Amino acid sequence: MTNALARMIAAREWILADGATGTNLFNMGLESGEAPEMWNDWHPDRITKLYRMAVDAGSDLFLTNSFGGNAARLKLHGAQKRARELSRIAAELGREVADRTDRDIVVAGSVGPTGEIMAPMGALTHELAVEIFHEQAEGLKEGGADVCWLETISAPEEYKAAAEAFRLAGMPWCGTMSFDTAGRTMMGMTSSDMAHMVETLDHAPLAYGANCGVGASDLLRTVLGFVAQGSERPIVAKGNAGIPKYVDGHIHYDGTPELMAEYACLARDAGATIIGGCCGTMPEHLTKMRAALETRDRGPRPTLEQITQTLGAFSSAVDGTGDDSPQPSRRSRRRR
Amino acid sequence: MSEEEDDIILSELDDEELVQQMFDDLYDGLKEEIEEGVNILLERGWEPYRVLTEALVGGMTIVGKDFRDGILFVPEVLLAANAMKGGMAILKPLLAETGAPRVGKMVIGTVKGDIHDIGKNLVSMMMEGAGFEVVDLGINNPVESYLEALESEGPDILGMSALLTTTMPYMKVVIDTMVEQGIRDDYIVLVGGAPLNEEFGKAIGADAYCRDAAVAVETAKEFVGRKHNQGVTA
Repeated sequence: MTNALARMIAAREWILADGATGTNLFNMGLESGEAPEMWNDWHPDRITKLYRMAVDAGSDLFLTNSFGGNAARLKLHGAQKRARELSRIAAELGREVADRTDRDIVVAGSVGPTGEIMAPMGALTHELAVEIFHEQAEGLKEGGADVCWLETISAPEEYKAAAEAFRLAGMPWCGTMSFDTAGRTMMGMTSSDMAHMVETLDHAPLAYGANCGVGASDLLRTVLGFVAQGSERPIVAKGNAGIPKYVDGHIHYDGTPELMAEYACLARDAGATIIGGCCGTMPEHLTKMRAALETRDRGPRPTLEQITQTLGAFSSAVDGTGDDSPQPSRRSRRRR
Repeated sequence: MSEEEDDIILSELDDEELVQQMFDDLYDGLKEEIEEGVNILLERGWEPYRVLTEALVGGMTIVGKDFRDGILFVPEVLLAANAMKGGMAILKPLLAETGAPRVGKMVIGTVKGDIHDIGKNLVSMMMEGAGFEVVDLGINNPVESYLEALESEGPDILGMSALLTTTMPYMKVVIDTMVEQGIRDDYIVLVGGAPLNEEFGKAIGADAYCRDAAVAVETAKEFVGRKHNQGVTA
């Protein structure tokens, strides 16, 4: 077991991941519409500061500024040829921060979705998706990332393509999906579907789970859905700090640091090992989350009622995992 | 399905059965069957506009409802919309010839910095499915391209989509510019995208936030209806 994250998972009961990237970069002057990845080249000092803020707030693991760093996404900014390079720099800056810290820190090379729909429904073939992810993974590897970190995925096909790419790059990885549509991913995948899919992969992730989505409550319901499948694989919980509001020209997420501390402990009680935030989660949230995880004892697995009492209501009545899902309005009369 | 059923012969169904079957076929995303159904209804003397509203829009309304209710998801809706487009391709030239009534027109696009077009495409397709004329500006639109399209297309509705925390504030840039130029109230502005919510839509000055494509269609109809009524009383 040579990998830094695998060692950490073996040694620790919980691991604190980081919070938001986009929300924090806005505070440093990122303009809406700009590609955050260009800052790896233009403002490396700010990216170093972003990583440093997470580490100083107590994160054991942080994600690199490379979420949109695949060729499909960078094309928009005319930077598709720089996918490998921008990802490499993102990881190099991260490596430096981790190596200068006197405790173990895992550098997780963020890989976001391509933004395209995969075949047969859309135009992106499996082969091309693998190629796109592979290029980025090589860049992250060159830059010294400990693992690749796939996040905010909706389609199982895309998750599988990334798994293959990480195998080609020889990189251990983690991968989370975003459950933002009636408790499922946009493509209709449920938490239990994902738990099963992960076990079918040739190059399975070190940990899998959920990120972003609708709010902290929904995310924990998803975690309970994973756990119900009985898998031993470590689970990642990276939920948003509440929901976005527009205050004085800025996006502000309404979840307080205290609320995120509750969320962190509930996530651990629910069965998550790697716990962090997503959009809206700032250093002050992470500090409270760390303090709560360190000082409070682990409790019994929370019920759905306990989750909503503490964190607020779910965005949908069901999440597709039970028998009480709503039924289709038409029935298929043809043979497929 | 418990029993093996024979293939259905569309031409043997009466009008009412055929429309019901087309609802099912749209639901299942069967493009060739929809095209066949449209042609049969036209051969039976149905007005193109009636085929559109009763068979296609009717069927897509059911798809939209189940999408809204978390029963159907993006892959199924894409298939259904694709089937609908097959039918629309036959009807479009005929509708133009017969001068069928227009529900409304929408200009839609994903904002600058955002390449996500899945949700936007769904809205486009569902709006077309509901009889709207849609001008799709694609992804990564700066404020200038929205304004140009408003000028040249003269739509009733402007739709904006963003899927990222880093791009959603750009919607406000567009709306603020419209206010500055004094054209904000000439249009219905609808916004959507995963990180958004109703409060955000209000805060940036949009007319409404639409949670998904089905809600977008309902909201668009409501606002266009209101706008037309205002036109009558004014």
